[in-house]
Amino acid sequence: MIATHYVYWVLFAIMMIGLYVVISHGNLLKKLIGLSIFQVGVFLFYISLGKVRGGSAPIISPTVQTYSHPLPQVLILTAIVVGVATLAVGLGLAVRIFETYGTVEEDEVITRSATDPADGVPEDSLNGGGGDAAQGDEA
Amino acid sequence: MSTEFTLVAIALLAMLTLTAMIISRLRGLYGAAMVAALFSLLTASLFVLMDAVDVAFTEAAVGVGVSTVLVLTVLALTHSREAVTPRNRRLPAVAVVVAAGGALVYASQDLPAFGSADSPIQTHPITDVYLVESQEDIGIPNVVTEVLASYRGLDTLGELIVVFTAGLTVLSLLGTLAPPEDCKPPGRFHLTDYRVIRIVSGLLMPFILLFALYVLFHGDYGPGGGFQAGVIFASGFVLYGLVFGLDRAQQVVPPRVLWLLVSLGPLVYAGVGVTTMLLGGTFLDYDMLNQGHPESGQHLGILVVETAIGLTVAAVMMTIFFGFASRGVTRK
Repeated sequence: MIATHYVYWVLFAIMMIGLYVVISHGNLLKKLIGLSIFQVGVFLFYISLGKVRGGSAPIISPTVQTYSHPLPQVLILTAIVVGVATLAVGLGLAVRIFETYGTVEEDEVITRSATDPADGVPEDSLNGGGGDAAQGDEA
Repeated sequence: MSTEFTLVAIALLAMLTLTAMIISRLRGLYGAAMVAALFSLLTASLFVLMDAVDVAFTEAAVGVGVSTVLVLTVLALTHSREAVTPRNRRLPAVAVVVAAGGALVYASQDLPAFGSADSPIQTHPITDVYLVESQEDIGIPNVVTEVLASYRGLDTLGELIVVFTAGLTVLSLLGTLAPPEDCKPPGRFHLTDYRVIRIVSGLLMPFILLFALYVLFHGDYGPGGGFQAGVIFASGFVLYGLVFGLDRAQQVVPPRVLWLLVSLGPLVYAGVGVTTMLLGGTFLDYDMLNQGHPESGQHLGILVVETAIGLTVAAVMMTIFFGFASRGVTRK
């Protein structure tokens, strides 16, 4: 079992390290880095399922007989680029939160928005009112 | 598995786990971002080991290049030191992680052995379609490019639209880009004062862009394609912007051109689909592009679609970088 499944288990461990960072750490940027670790664990797991013993990269050549499966590679290739694009969205949100509350620590953001609503963004604009948030920022 | 493979795999996986742990422990986020770049490099090596050369290419360009620069830029805009994680938050996290990890390991008993050639994914009829029939239908050696651009072209169009949407979202979150005259690097510190950095990055720039084009147009025969080329092209400009200042980078690619390119990609991609429909085929059926020779129609379709992907990915990555970088300028 260990000899045949150790790759999967190590990758599960990496996913779990990422998940741990996402849950336990309060810093929003650290959470995003943790999410990337989790994501990479999933990517590697996908790719490992397509690997064939003694196989080669799926670029057809007359001298090669065995190829690893191309489908997981296609899915993960696009997922990586989508991953960095969504990471950028998360980072953009973190920057806006920092500009409004002066911190990227989750706990402090929650206390500051609860204790001093006049200082921060009004409660309702947090739920999707992008335009309001921008005005609150200028003020 | 051969012994060499197992040894290299174990070594890489051990280093990967170690770096992941270091990242989770580091409270200085600059350090964490740099170790995360190392983590990506190890990941890319593992992708190569598992025969996923196209994916390794992408991960190396994205993880080590673009996302590291993005995280560092954002750290410059916010705090770079993390607060201590309170003890009462650790316990629930450990409980969740142990439960989820245990469930995964338990479920993994049903997985086929790593690298086995008779697993469901390998024996499924689609494997033969991709690896054997594709050579008659399309005739491009790189199967990953074929599946990406032709067999699963609609899926890839969806992914491209996600990238496009993410670019728009970042723009709407951070506001429009600062005008070039405001983006002059402030004060005493100029990277261009360092002769080595200035000359080396100036020399590298054309080669990076040329390499991106090579990756784009050689994607049919070797590892490469639109996604990789786009990211490499963008990282060339990010390097230029970092060293020579945002104002000069924006003179090379004005924001208006950038926004045109961002939307041009999905438009061209979907346009190819509509064209094939008008020619009597289904959406994205490239056979229609050259009626007598479906193979060359496929080649043409894949090339156009990959170029569209490269354009949008490069433009979105540059927009995102310029957005974060000029946020720092407008705020000061």
